[in-house]
Amino acid sequence: MQKDVVLSMRKICKAFPGVRALQNVDFTLLKGEIHALMGENGAGKSTLIKVLTGVYPKDSGQIFLAGINKEINVKSPQEAQNLGISTVYQEIALCPNLTVAENIFIGRGNYRFVNWRSIEKKTTEILEKLNIPARATQQLATCSIAVQQMVAIARAVDMDCKVLILDEPTSSLDEQEVAKLFSLMRELKSRGVSIIFITHFLDQVYEICDRITVLRNGELVGEYEIKDLPRVQLISKMMGKELDDISTLHNRPLRTEADTTPVFEAFGLSSTATKAFDFKIHKGEVNGFTGLLGSGRSESVRAIFGADKITGGTVRVNGKNVKISKPKDAMKHGIGYLPEDRKLDGIIEDLSVRENIILALQVMKGFFRPFSKAEAEAFADEYVKLLGIKTASLDTPIKSLSGGNQQKAILARWLLTNPQYLILDEPTRGIDVGTKVEIQKLVLKLAEEGVSVTFISSEIEEMLRTCSRLIVMRDRKIVGELKGEDMTQARIMHTIAGEAANNG
Amino acid sequence: MAKVLKKFLRSQIIVPLFALLLLIIFNLIRDIGFFSLTVTTNNDGNTVLSGNIISILNGASELAILAIGMTLVTASSRGQDISVGAEAAIAGSVFVSVLRSNQITWPVILAAFLASCVVAIVSGAFNGTLVAVFKIQPMIATLILFTAGRSIAYWINGGATPTVESPLLGYIGSFIPGIPIPTPIIIVIIFGILIWLVLRFTNLGLYTQAVGINEKAARLNGINVVGMKLLSFMILGVCAAISGAINVSRIGLINHETLLLDIEMDAILAVAIGGNSLSGGKFSLAGSVVGAYIIQALTITLYAMKVPSTAVKAYKAIVIIVIVVLSSPIIKEYVLRLRDKMMRRPAKITDHQQSITGDSKSL
Repeated sequence: MQKDVVLSMRKICKAFPGVRALQNVDFTLLKGEIHALMGENGAGKSTLIKVLTGVYPKDSGQIFLAGINKEINVKSPQEAQNLGISTVYQEIALCPNLTVAENIFIGRGNYRFVNWRSIEKKTTEILEKLNIPARATQQLATCSIAVQQMVAIARAVDMDCKVLILDEPTSSLDEQEVAKLFSLMRELKSRGVSIIFITHFLDQVYEICDRITVLRNGELVGEYEIKDLPRVQLISKMMGKELDDISTLHNRPLRTEADTTPVFEAFGLSSTATKAFDFKIHKGEVNGFTGLLGSGRSESVRAIFGADKITGGTVRVNGKNVKISKPKDAMKHGIGYLPEDRKLDGIIEDLSVRENIILALQVMKGFFRPFSKAEAEAFADEYVKLLGIKTASLDTPIKSLSGGNQQKAILARWLLTNPQYLILDEPTRGIDVGTKVEIQKLVLKLAEEGVSVTFISSEIEEMLRTCSRLIVMRDRKIVGELKGEDMTQARIMHTIAGEAANNG
Repeated sequence: MAKVLKKFLRSQIIVPLFALLLLIIFNLIRDIGFFSLTVTTNNDGNTVLSGNIISILNGASELAILAIGMTLVTASSRGQDISVGAEAAIAGSVFVSVLRSNQITWPVILAAFLASCVVAIVSGAFNGTLVAVFKIQPMIATLILFTAGRSIAYWINGGATPTVESPLLGYIGSFIPGIPIPTPIIIVIIFGILIWLVLRFTNLGLYTQAVGINEKAARLNGINVVGMKLLSFMILGVCAAISGAINVSRIGLINHETLLLDIEMDAILAVAIGGNSLSGGKFSLAGSVVGAYIIQALTITLYAMKVPSTAVKAYKAIVIIVIVVLSSPIIKEYVLRLRDKMMRRPAKITDHQQSITGDSKSL
């Protein structure tokens, strides 16, 4: 072990039923550094942290901590804390109704004799030392979120921590608050505390971190000095596409769209989950939203469908101003939406395949006009055959179908409504390759028939193959639009990174 | 035919029906004449049928109606309404107070019933709003009316327990001249047919189940989730109003303290005995109705066995434990496996395994 290594994790493996969350992941933390742990959602960042802090037991691998000569085996977060590993989560786990001092000292040491005066004095010292703008006797709830975050950090630091883990601490802070938090982090760094920093914000990584470890699909991609890893490289590492071997896949030609009225247009559309954005799609066009997971692409299409509460903007369908405030409004205007999370938002588990397929059309037909069983069966049967849905019978509960077949059934549900505009959010996630290609073909066929499609996928190749226009998002904002020759993996990554193309 | 039979044997109603059958056989063994019907003439000079089977069917009327509404609420809101007894007391009090302020004629009875329906629907909407809009747990939300309902009923009739007497009410509560079957039984049949028609000619069933199973997905398919939950509570309100009116007509007075006391627990029980999940989703109304009759049959059986009335509840509890455990998924699975073993066949492929094998073929 090198002398300045504080924490070293070697060949960590962790599996959950059906998922290998971590495979042979190595992680090294040096003394007094700020180390970013990067990766898309599901890459294994939080699993790694949870293994380190004893929330999950590891399946195999070793963890070493400076000052302890043998391998450590952390069994609980409490034990991790005793070893000097503290975590501050995005959600602040303090008591807002207690004072700052109480929050810093609660749950620690001897309960029998509490000398409040000395605790307050100590707290004041800590606050001054770390430059935290709060008083010891102030009630925590009266502090801003950033200060609360800092108090949580102060508490962790005062508990003699060597390793401080900050899990998305900045996601609910505004710019000034972030700046304050960063100065505190620098202060701690200068005192020799090692910080593991998890965030989705690339700017912040480049502002404050020294080194980066990138994970993807539970595997270690690499460990880099920040100055050796330009943003574009980082993104390509997170997404798993090497810039060198980017194939110049040619997408299908752009359809003529100049004069026609768009099928759907949005101006300044915003919902509780997205910032205002403009968007339009023409008849027979396939476009897509791209960006890292969490960039706001799903939230944008949800806003189009009225799935989240709409907070502003105007919407035009076929050139006419309409109001879409709930999914039913969108459905009435011929918009269909296949949600990203099939299990949570898509299937109605206990209902039959038949009922699941006819549901949307049935709702459009009306509460008082149910389909007869024969009608419903004819509809369902048609699409089961068309899409090749493998099911024992139409009466089988949809939950007993495989993921790909469930997805096809949900797709059938929306095709049955004969939409003029279909939104497909990750229609190919978690399904086998054969079905993926089938769905892509189907999208192109629909477009030829004049249906407009918005297609979202985490796999860039898939989007390049199907879309004729790509809208690129970063940090919940649209940062670019690519079409024609510009639609290459390289350009997409550069746009996501927010740099000029020649900078990578 | 074999297929239909097999489907029937797998359906959730099989356990409650079986339990009912066992109860009947038990009674027949104990007393071969238990279910004999006799034709008698009652005090009003009507020729009527009587016997244990009539008292079971008659006595379970209010419970059967409430069980139907409770099933819908359970399915849509994944919880139960414990205020139905209190709602029935409010509705019954309104019914009586309208009747007492008028000469009792058929139009007045109808008006009184409609007034009690409106009040019960409003109570249902109150519960439904708390559950659907404010997302309060159904049991907590309905605890409010459970607690306050009988006090409101007290206030409606100024604290008295007034009687209402009219041969017309007797027609509702006991017999219509010339018809030998108690009217409450007929009301249940009519209500049952009505609900069947509603389920047949609207999407009440599909929407309610969709909302109960996956609220988010239901919303994304354009279903008005809040509306469906509200509707189920309002339907239960109507059920409470009907039960209240039947009960008042039966007894001829309103006692806000004792009218359909504790019936909410029996109604929830009927839903559970009927094989419905108390955490919502798919439902069978027929199951719940059978459940209601099982509860009443059990009570009558125990009374016939001269069990002291204070001990009846304990005996009921034992039988109910058996039924509920028997219809639990674990026991069902065990029985299926046992049957396969006894018939010396390889264990049946479950749906889940089927989907896995189907998957591997596609790869």
